[in-house]
Amino acid sequence: MSTPVLDVRGLTYAYPDGTQALWGVDLHVHRGERVALLGPNGAGKTTFVLHLNGVLGPSSAQGEGRIEISGMPVRRDTLAEIRRRVGIVFQDPDDQLFMPTVRDDVAFGPANLGLRGAQLDERVGEALERVGMTAYASRPPHHLSFGQRRRVAVATVLAMRPEILVLDEPSSNLDPASRRELAEIVAELDVTVLMVTHDLPYALQLCERSVILSGGVIVADGPTRAVLADGELMAAHRLELPFGFDPARRH
Amino acid sequence: MGAEHGHTLHYHAHSLVHRLPAHLKIASALGFVLLVVATPRGATWPYAVHLLALLVAMRAARVPAAYLLKRAVVEVPFVAFALAMPFIATGPRVDVLGLSVSEPGLVAAGALLAKGTLGVLTALLLAATTEPADLLVGLARLRVPARLVEIMGFMVRYVDVVAAEWRRMSVARTSRLFDARSPRHWPVLARSLGVLFVRSYERGERVHLAMLSRGYTGSLPTLAAPAAIGPAQVLAGAALPTVAALALAGQAVLG
Amino acid sequence: MHVPDGFLDATTSVATAVVAAGAIAASLRGSRRELDDRSAPLAGLVATFIFAAQMVNFPVAAGTSGHLLGGALAAVLVGPWTATLCLTVVLGVQALLFADGGLTALGTNITLMGVVGVWVGYAVVRLSLSVMPRRLSSVPVAAGLGGLLSVVAAALTFTGLFAVGGTVPVQVDTLLTGMVSVHTLIGLGEAVLTALVVGTVVGVRPDLVHVARSLRSPERLPTRPGVHS
Repeated sequence: MSTPVLDVRGLTYAYPDGTQALWGVDLHVHRGERVALLGPNGAGKTTFVLHLNGVLGPSSAQGEGRIEISGMPVRRDTLAEIRRRVGIVFQDPDDQLFMPTVRDDVAFGPANLGLRGAQLDERVGEALERVGMTAYASRPPHHLSFGQRRRVAVATVLAMRPEILVLDEPSSNLDPASRRELAEIVAELDVTVLMVTHDLPYALQLCERSVILSGGVIVADGPTRAVLADGELMAAHRLELPFGFDPARRH
Repeated sequence: MGAEHGHTLHYHAHSLVHRLPAHLKIASALGFVLLVVATPRGATWPYAVHLLALLVAMRAARVPAAYLLKRAVVEVPFVAFALAMPFIATGPRVDVLGLSVSEPGLVAAGALLAKGTLGVLTALLLAATTEPADLLVGLARLRVPARLVEIMGFMVRYVDVVAAEWRRMSVARTSRLFDARSPRHWPVLARSLGVLFVRSYERGERVHLAMLSRGYTGSLPTLAAPAAIGPAQVLAGAALPTVAALALAGQAVLG
Repeated sequence: MHVPDGFLDATTSVATAVVAAGAIAASLRGSRRELDDRSAPLAGLVATFIFAAQMVNFPVAAGTSGHLLGGALAAVLVGPWTATLCLTVVLGVQALLFADGGLTALGTNITLMGVVGVWVGYAVVRLSLSVMPRRLSSVPVAAGLGGLLSVVAAALTFTGLFAVGGTVPVQVDTLLTGMVSVHTLIGLGEAVLTALVVGTVVGVRPDLVHVARSLRSPERLPTRPGVHS
């Protein structure tokens, strides 16, 4: 089998106040997969995500374990390349967008990689096109709607040409139309995706495989449809399907 | 937040002064203030020349005088201090409006007031015509150490975060019938300050994490190539300190 | 407490500017150990807080204005080297954009608040922590004590500088009495605020408090069984 894009082994972590969030997480994601990471509020999903690009982890000395991205271990000396390979779209687009215009914001990452001039413009144009925001390039991000801001946030990460795209609660706070538009964008992308969510229909729509993070460990791993259909498993980990939603039925 | 970066001191306009590169403006303001401070305390007309030069610069920047004057209230405690000086200083006394005051104190107060006002107006004009992001670029180009510029960059960003967070917290307190004017609520206010610190930090930390995740290494990439500086811009930038220097030289020669 | 332009003579201003420049150079080197990825924004936030606190300004008898200095607060939160840099940034921005504290007195102000205030505050905090129980709850008390003494030390230093290089003929002993008594009052306010802010931060995020780091011991975390993919 090929080297997994994402290889996590025995990851533990405790918050600075002493509360332990991760109790030994193991997860492998292979090239081209779209995996949903499901879990109730407070399961440690966002904490886990912050380990993937080394924001939390070895340097913060509050946990152990090993993470490799396409064979490269996440360490202090590899952080720059790791952060290019792992593109995280944070839950709140306002945390992600801080430059005066959409174009500048999308250019921020590639410019840090050293791109300039025509090459940079090409990257920015390509990323904006993939999320359908080309027409908004010169607008200030805070003048856009929430859904548009989230799409720009996705573009800022795509412009880095990551090997794995990590989406933290991509559908949260979106109206149904924006939610559907974002799903169409993600479905079109030719990139490995790890989607952290408790929006179960969204997971079923976009990801063939799902894992459940609960109590700081992975407690289930399988085809999304099978995981969602296991009522006992779902109930044990506070995961509930929306009223009237039946995972066995094609949507 | 994220985008609310236009700071409250900035006056949006498209003037010659707004377009000048930031490092030129900082150097110009710095040179001007240094010359103002170097102006001897007994002098009178050089201060008038300094003020005139500054008024011309304000006119060229198309910043209304009322706009700057309103913001010049930062000077008030300083004015109070200058006004107290003739009374507390020692030395020969003179009578002014029936009050006996110290003569060296009076002269020192006049000079301090003149210098202080000119300094405040210069600084405010610089702030009104320069975006904070440009100011940071300008300081970096003037060889201010990168770490200081980085801390300053975070500070500029955090001012908005902290203000927004404080507004949210005070809305939450008011919604539960909290009255900040009542002294028995002051301890709550003091503890809110600590909470404000942690919350602002966590908000800013998330922004910082998002920046790190996109390869940020401590300095914002300058996306646009630095524009070439024309001789006209250099002249415009040099105008203010040159006039001040001439006034000083004139004062030295003519007395 | 911000010294305005023309208050101290040129020799004293130049001398303090040299001291400040040396301190900044040393701090740039020293802060490398204190600053990493995560503490750079913390330094910015500390600077913002001190900036805001210092804008609340009120006149003090016998010259200059009084307000929070924040040197001890900064030293407790981010360590003394970075604290000097934070204060330098705050004072620089105030002088450049708000004309608070003279541009030619910037060196004096950095020396008083960014060097004397920070290091006296830090030394007091470290000393008091060494005689207090090794608990997180000791940190705010020590911080308050550091806040009080850092203000008094800065006021004493200012009086000393004024005795050497003052330009307005005010009697030194009058000034000394005035400065020390007024700044003891200001110092009490500084102590309460420093202790309260540090107390809240230590309670919620002890990892953000520089002097509290040595009080926490990392331990090996237990694991739970899960499924393996």
